[in-house]
Amino acid sequence: APLAASTSQFSTDEKLTPKEAVTTYNNFYEFGTGKGDPSEKSQHFKPLPWSVKVDGMVGKPKEFGIEELMKMQLEERVYRLRCVEGWSMVIPWIGFPLSVLLDQVEPLGSAKYVSFETVVRPEEMPGQTGLFQPLEWPYIEGLRLDEARHPLTILAVGLYGETLPNQNGAPIRLVVPWKYGFKSIKSIVKISLVEEQPETTWKNSNAREYGFYSNVNPEVDHPRWSQATEQRIGEGGFFKVANRPTLMFNGYGEEVASLYEGMDLKANY
Amino acid sequence: MAGIPALPRRLHGPSIWALYAIGLVPAAWNFYLGATGGLGVNPVKTFEHLLGIWALRFLIATLAITPLRDVLGLNWLRYRRALGLLAFYYVLMHFSVWLILDRGLDFGSIGADIAKRPYITIGIVCLACLLPLALTSNNWSIRRLGQRWNGLHRLIYPIALGGALHYFLAVKSVTLTPFVHIALVALLLLYRPLRKPFLNWKRGSPRLARASR
Repeated sequence: APLAASTSQFSTDEKLTPKEAVTTYNNFYEFGTGKGDPSEKSQHFKPLPWSVKVDGMVGKPKEFGIEELMKMQLEERVYRLRCVEGWSMVIPWIGFPLSVLLDQVEPLGSAKYVSFETVVRPEEMPGQTGLFQPLEWPYIEGLRLDEARHPLTILAVGLYGETLPNQNGAPIRLVVPWKYGFKSIKSIVKISLVEEQPETTWKNSNAREYGFYSNVNPEVDHPRWSQATEQRIGEGGFFKVANRPTLMFNGYGEEVASLYEGMDLKANY
Repeated sequence: MAGIPALPRRLHGPSIWALYAIGLVPAAWNFYLGATGGLGVNPVKTFEHLLGIWALRFLIATLAITPLRDVLGLNWLRYRRALGLLAFYYVLMHFSVWLILDRGLDFGSIGADIAKRPYITIGIVCLACLLPLALTSNNWSIRRLGQRWNGLHRLIYPIALGGALHYFLAVKSVTLTPFVHIALVALLLLYRPLRKPFLNWKRGSPRLARASR
């Protein structure tokens, strides 16, 4: 359904990745590990009704209905998205800052991190059934509280002027543009404020390759993929290589570098 | 073996050429799809991965010839050279697409990738090992090298192992498709040390059966 949103100063004016690519080339292992699986196998997923439970170290724990979340002040945010696999897109998300939601539940002083959880519905998500499941479910992710409160961090409920397609994480997902794509957890059912650094799915799966922070960083090499360059989806073709240099913090260094002042980003990858 | 009728001898030659032609269809068809926008939004990666998987499939087929003859009595030895060469052609295409379309001939990063990333190192070593096998895949070399030819061509075993390992290390998580390919390679390699005992048992068993009567 169409979705109205105001513009944002945080949007990039780079050329948008075609909607066709944004909605057919996805990593959403709950629907399968192929890039086309999420768009091909998510038609039975029911994003409505939906609610997001926010609990943990908060003064006012609350379960938000999706209708209430859709009524937040929605903005269009055109962000770069960089996948750890070495490809990137430019996507016009629609959403609201996560900090707006956090303010409503009043985090306690002891809360240091935010953890997130994706829905588990094997009957609607074919990647969650069968003998060879790529990951443990539910998919879990986490941010430091200051990262979660950063104005660039949003909960997205739409893209390209419409509500989120199932394959992109309907009905509500996280978008953290300076981190590799897998940090931007999809189809969220639970957000908890916690004291200790939360576990995260990919770190649990392979801690040597995926760290808690997972900030886009061309200088920290991934054991399998060089992170120095990226392929912009939709710009290359079969005979045209669309490699471009990867920027520190995915080009959001001016906004977020201060979050990591004094930290060794090679150790905290 | 009943079931599969023997091919008339005069068709042996043409059937081998047909195998070459059919074997190159996946590469040609997907090249056409890629060039006309039919391989999705990341055609380079898709094409590259397809070529790699087909290379492994032809390696598996090459390794299957001997057990098929031992176990099922199918003599398809005449196709083994074509299957092995098809595997080599696919590895070569897989490598070229990576070099030219994926890495854009950026030799600095290519060298670093080969040195640093075990799955790429393994891939390159396998390609290097395939080269002498492909170059000696002709009757003249077989005559010329004699017993040494057999020794040289046993390289196919470490190459198949390396190919499976390359695939295993390249995927983010092992799902059904990689598992099946890797398991087939493992099975076919495990058969080799068991082959002699198996053939002895097979030859001996009718006699044993008679003796026990």
